[in-house]
Amino acid sequence: MKNKLMLTGVIIIILLILAAVFAPKIAKYDPTYINIKEALLPPSEEHLMGTDMLGRDLFSRMLFGSRIALTIGIVAVGLAAVIGVALGSIAGYFGGKIDSVIMRFADIMLCFPAFFLILAVIAVVGPSIFNIMIIIGLTSWMGMARLIRAEILTLKTRDYVLCSRVLGASNFFIITKHLIPNGIGPVLVSFVFGVAGAILMEAGLSFLGLGVQPPDPSWGNILMEGKAVLGVGWWVILFPGLAILITVLAFNLLGEGLRDALNPRIK
Amino acid sequence: MIPILFGITLISFAVIHMAPGKPTDLVTQLNPKVSMEAREKLNKIHGLDKPLYVQYLDWIKKIGRLDFGKSFADSRPVIDKIAERLPITLLINVLSIFIIFIVSIPVGIKSALRKGAPFDKISTVAVFIGFAIPSFWLALLLISFFGVHLGILPVSGIVSLDFEKLNLLQKIFDLSRHLILPVFVLSIGGIAGFSRYMRQSMLSVEHQDYIRTARAKGLPEKEVIYRHALKNALLPIITILGLSIPALLSGSVIVEKVFSIPGMGLLMFESVFMRDYNVIMGILIVSAFLTLLGNLLADIAYVYADPRIRYEK
Repeated sequence: MKNKLMLTGVIIIILLILAAVFAPKIAKYDPTYINIKEALLPPSEEHLMGTDMLGRDLFSRMLFGSRIALTIGIVAVGLAAVIGVALGSIAGYFGGKIDSVIMRFADIMLCFPAFFLILAVIAVVGPSIFNIMIIIGLTSWMGMARLIRAEILTLKTRDYVLCSRVLGASNFFIITKHLIPNGIGPVLVSFVFGVAGAILMEAGLSFLGLGVQPPDPSWGNILMEGKAVLGVGWWVILFPGLAILITVLAFNLLGEGLRDALNPRIK
Repeated sequence: MIPILFGITLISFAVIHMAPGKPTDLVTQLNPKVSMEAREKLNKIHGLDKPLYVQYLDWIKKIGRLDFGKSFADSRPVIDKIAERLPITLLINVLSIFIIFIVSIPVGIKSALRKGAPFDKISTVAVFIGFAIPSFWLALLLISFFGVHLGILPVSGIVSLDFEKLNLLQKIFDLSRHLILPVFVLSIGGIAGFSRYMRQSMLSVEHQDYIRTARAKGLPEKEVIYRHALKNALLPIITILGLSIPALLSGSVIVEKVFSIPGMGLLMFESVFMRDYNVIMGILIVSAFLTLLGNLLADIAYVYADPRIRYEK
């Protein structure tokens, strides 16, 4: 049962990645090509998901939107993972003052409701795809830092670490070759859930008009534009919402599956 | 506690001062009629001519007196603007927490007691969807169905235009009609999360020795579940509630925007658009303080709920 769910998640993610990579090949139309004469056409064979209020082909926009969603999700959380693992493993390995400074910093960052902090930074640096990735990355490393720190606190007392130190290995070597590879499991799970969260966050920001800026198609800003045609063009609202839902669901299923696989107690 | 408060102000200040250009640019740069002298005067009024650390120290002294400066948009004190918006945000958040508890605790218990039964399976699917559904999309669907299609619920604001003329009972009715959709949308993620936690928590309690003891001494099943299992299963929920406050507050930005509710979230949104830095800083700090307060309340509640913690100290 669990494995099937995880497999479903993986298949959806693979399909999404394929759609994103081959978007220019699959899409019949330019996602930014405006054709007012064909505005708000319902789904048909010509336009699989209909057209939006400016006559742009929604299916093409959705395909290119998947590029943005996946890129932002993976790069942002990748950045968070690098920061989190680096800070968390330094804190866990060295302990003492370094540990308390780093973890206190993480505590403080966690006090800010993520959306408020991200909006504040966007107010300063302005919204763009690049900025959104960096900002989400910089504001979501704390959980991963805590996870890897907890792992390293137990791992660093193991005999093989002592052995390695006796043999003259440097701290850097011990952290990167012994501790991080052995303690990365929970971070991996958190990474997958994090991608789901970052995709939701990007969509939310773009929906507010503070994320990916038009004419670049993001699922969030397609929805924002769909809000204007709420009563007339149901398809402009239905498809991007479904796409976000299914994508986030797929990453969550994969995350759940990974967590169970890494935690033998639940089996 | 104190270092964290200090850290919160430092980060808020740092974020805002990464800004290229000055907040007064909005008034000066865009208006060619403003002379150099006037610009410098304006900078002086806002203290923008001093070095950064002096600005920070000045600012933190003011924060101690709850003085967050004035809004660049309308020159009103930031604290007043936040104070008039905050109660609305708190209202919808407290209502959401209430709804989350009312719904998710029974759902969690029921799924845990009959693990694998149809109800458990359906609620698990619902939980996964609840986690993944974008709140703004759900809001749009509800608006188009209840507001536009059926036309039975209002879709923006928190009160009707003729609110002042209504009597108390009508006022409450009017307010609740406006709050149904926003509170539901804000709660949905929490309901999903807490049902899951509650289920997990009940499942882990079920196998404890004291439950076996309670059953062995012949207590009726109801008593075992509600007096012995539930009480213990609720403990971790208290902690998680404290930790989920930032997520709820974050959610209120989108909910307030979609439903045009004049709360702190909407104020944040408007201020971000206008680069009204003083207001943004004020809200950032207030929201972090609320989170801290929530964690503190959760800690206190935990001490009340769990006698072991009280006796240890």
